[in-house]
Amino acid sequence: MNVKVSSKKKKSSKKKVPASQRTWSIGFLTLAVAIYIFYTYIVPHAPDGFQNQIQNWFPPSALNEALVWVIAALGLNIVVGYAGLLDLGFVAFWAIGGYTAGWFMSGFFNQWNIHFGSESAKVIPGIHLSFWLVLLIGAVICAFFGILIGAPTLRLKSDYLAIVTLGFGEIIPQIFVNGENIHGFNLSNGTKGISPVDSIGIFGKRLGPFDLNYKYMIFVAMAALMVFVSLRLRSGRLGRAWLAIREDELAASMMGIPLMRTKLAAYAVGAISGGLAGVAYATHVNGIFAERFQFSISIILLAMVVLGGMGNVWGVIVGALLIAWVNSTGLPTLGNEINSTFHTSINFPSYTFLIFGGLLILMMLFRREGILPESRLKLVMHENDESTGNEEPHGFISEEENL
Amino acid sequence: MAGVTYKTRQLRRRYIERSFASLAVAGIAFWLLINFIKSPTQFTSVTFTGLSNGILYALIALGYTLVYGIIELINFAHGDLFMLGGLFSAHFITLWFGMKTGSAAGWGVLLLCLFAVMAFCATINVGIERFAYRKLRRAPKLAPLITAVGMSFIIQFVGLRWNGSGQKTWPSLLPSGNLSVFGARLPYTTIISFAVTIPVLLALTYIVTKTKQGKAMRATAQDQDASRLMGINVDRTISFTFGLGGALAGAAGLLFEQTRGLTSYNLGYQLGLIAFTAAVMGGIGNLQGAVLGAIIIGLIQGLNDGLPIGLGQQWSNSVVFSILILLMVFKPTGLLGKPMTEKV
Repeated sequence: MNVKVSSKKKKSSKKKVPASQRTWSIGFLTLAVAIYIFYTYIVPHAPDGFQNQIQNWFPPSALNEALVWVIAALGLNIVVGYAGLLDLGFVAFWAIGGYTAGWFMSGFFNQWNIHFGSESAKVIPGIHLSFWLVLLIGAVICAFFGILIGAPTLRLKSDYLAIVTLGFGEIIPQIFVNGENIHGFNLSNGTKGISPVDSIGIFGKRLGPFDLNYKYMIFVAMAALMVFVSLRLRSGRLGRAWLAIREDELAASMMGIPLMRTKLAAYAVGAISGGLAGVAYATHVNGIFAERFQFSISIILLAMVVLGGMGNVWGVIVGALLIAWVNSTGLPTLGNEINSTFHTSINFPSYTFLIFGGLLILMMLFRREGILPESRLKLVMHENDESTGNEEPHGFISEEENL
Repeated sequence: MAGVTYKTRQLRRRYIERSFASLAVAGIAFWLLINFIKSPTQFTSVTFTGLSNGILYALIALGYTLVYGIIELINFAHGDLFMLGGLFSAHFITLWFGMKTGSAAGWGVLLLCLFAVMAFCATINVGIERFAYRKLRRAPKLAPLITAVGMSFIIQFVGLRWNGSGQKTWPSLLPSGNLSVFGARLPYTTIISFAVTIPVLLALTYIVTKTKQGKAMRATAQDQDASRLMGINVDRTISFTFGLGGALAGAAGLLFEQTRGLTSYNLGYQLGLIAFTAAVMGGIGNLQGAVLGAIIIGLIQGLNDGLPIGLGQQWSNSVVFSILILLMVFKPTGLLGKPMTEKV
């Protein structure tokens, strides 16, 4: 199969692994270790004032949560950024991953008593599997659902696909909200949620609620895995096929790319990372609460991908960290600072909607390709800027359909 | 070689799809029949509720379908515009004019409010188009879509500020009684909804099919550049379309506020989603389709929520979206949409 979309692509596919993709691991590791050292060794010994500043601006728990967002955003990046399929229901996978953790890592199903690799006491009823095993199970279940959802719907055109994924993003959380009594079977404990979830066991040690640095390491490793998977897939045959589909579906299929299979692969990989994020999130907040899985999560994830730079993992990571930070501690703290500096009393968190919306609009109007754009996509996004007005309206990411 | 297998595969697939579809329709008919036999009066009442929901959805769905038809944009902010319309009407009638009960003056204010809210929402929608979407008209589709999502957030923010974070209840000027039809209850509010909506829909049909502006709209929807060459002011036509959609959303907002008597800042998201589903169901871009889809969805929702044998209200959204997904799988163009072939 010859994926030949442009001469540029051909050149990059000839090189086995570009240098930039070999060296990223060093930079990533250095940064991760630096942050780890900063939070574990420097902050506890720093003066109190500095410690308070860190607690206000970016406490370790907010950092961990941001990493969970990074994991999910990297998955959505594969679906939206690489393959160009708009997914507005990504929260479904997040929820499924979360409930996988709830089912297999807690005392929720107390009619059974299954223990495997978990450090929890054997006498506690319920299914208690090891966190690592649950990650795997969550990934498999989400991949299955990704294919299940994708298979019938991927034939659709971009807008219709968006609305169908949106539908799934509404149905699956609703199943969990109402899942307290499905013919007498308690699937999800309804709005009460499942809590607590087993803590992560690592090297025979159980992580307590304050072992945030261990969790940080685990989440960083998961994010690194997703980065690795994204980069390797992108430079491989599958990734090139995704990019070809993103840029022109019709031309891609003419070149012999099996559209259905390729799109399903994107969907499955994206879903897997959504599932991983779900499991990680469940252990992070120590519970699963059905009402948290709302449309806004899908939109926030999309905003992360778009803001950071679709198709570029580094951009997506930056976007995810930035938005997650603004959502958790950044905005309130920044607001407090501004209030105390200018002696005002503005309730900044109540402006979240305005800031979010305004940010999205301004980004789209003035920097469509994101903070750290992918060079290919940047060209595509501005293809028509100096248009003389003799072209048809465009397709989803580039022109694909002229109706 | 491939030709024959492809053809048989197509045929087999069509056969499977047909049988699935007829099975689903038969199942729904059976479910309706059982419910009807069980309690005919409740069935009729619930049908009326469903119809009145449907006609409300139709007003919103038309806004989606008008905009999509002309610039192929899912205007996510449209549902929130409807919410804003409801808020405006509530303030207009209750706070600014101080009307609490229906009287001759009340009816006058109601009529005045209808025009005011339509103008209000139309202006906002035109403004949104002018400042946010126009610059992105030639950008890849994702850009205006995300802008629309951002717009939706901003309007929700306005709603949040105006209305507060909770639900607010308002007095209604409409008579609250019921008309008895074969023992079933037909609320007066439903009749009034119809009385408002049907003329609005007729006016819309007239504008789109009979006037010069409507002709320009249809031409722009077909081919912007060709219409520009024919001397049509494309920008103005698109603005006009947004204005029309906004006016319909405003009317829907007033109706919702008066019939349900409540406003909430996140109402637009819920109803907008359902209305959009309706527009897609009918075949997006198709005006009759939007109304048909909206009424079907309203009925499905009403029947599911209210019938003795049904999944109940907590599954309402799941039912609506499941039906949408099934429809998308079997008939991606919607009920009345025309199949489109892809051109290079």
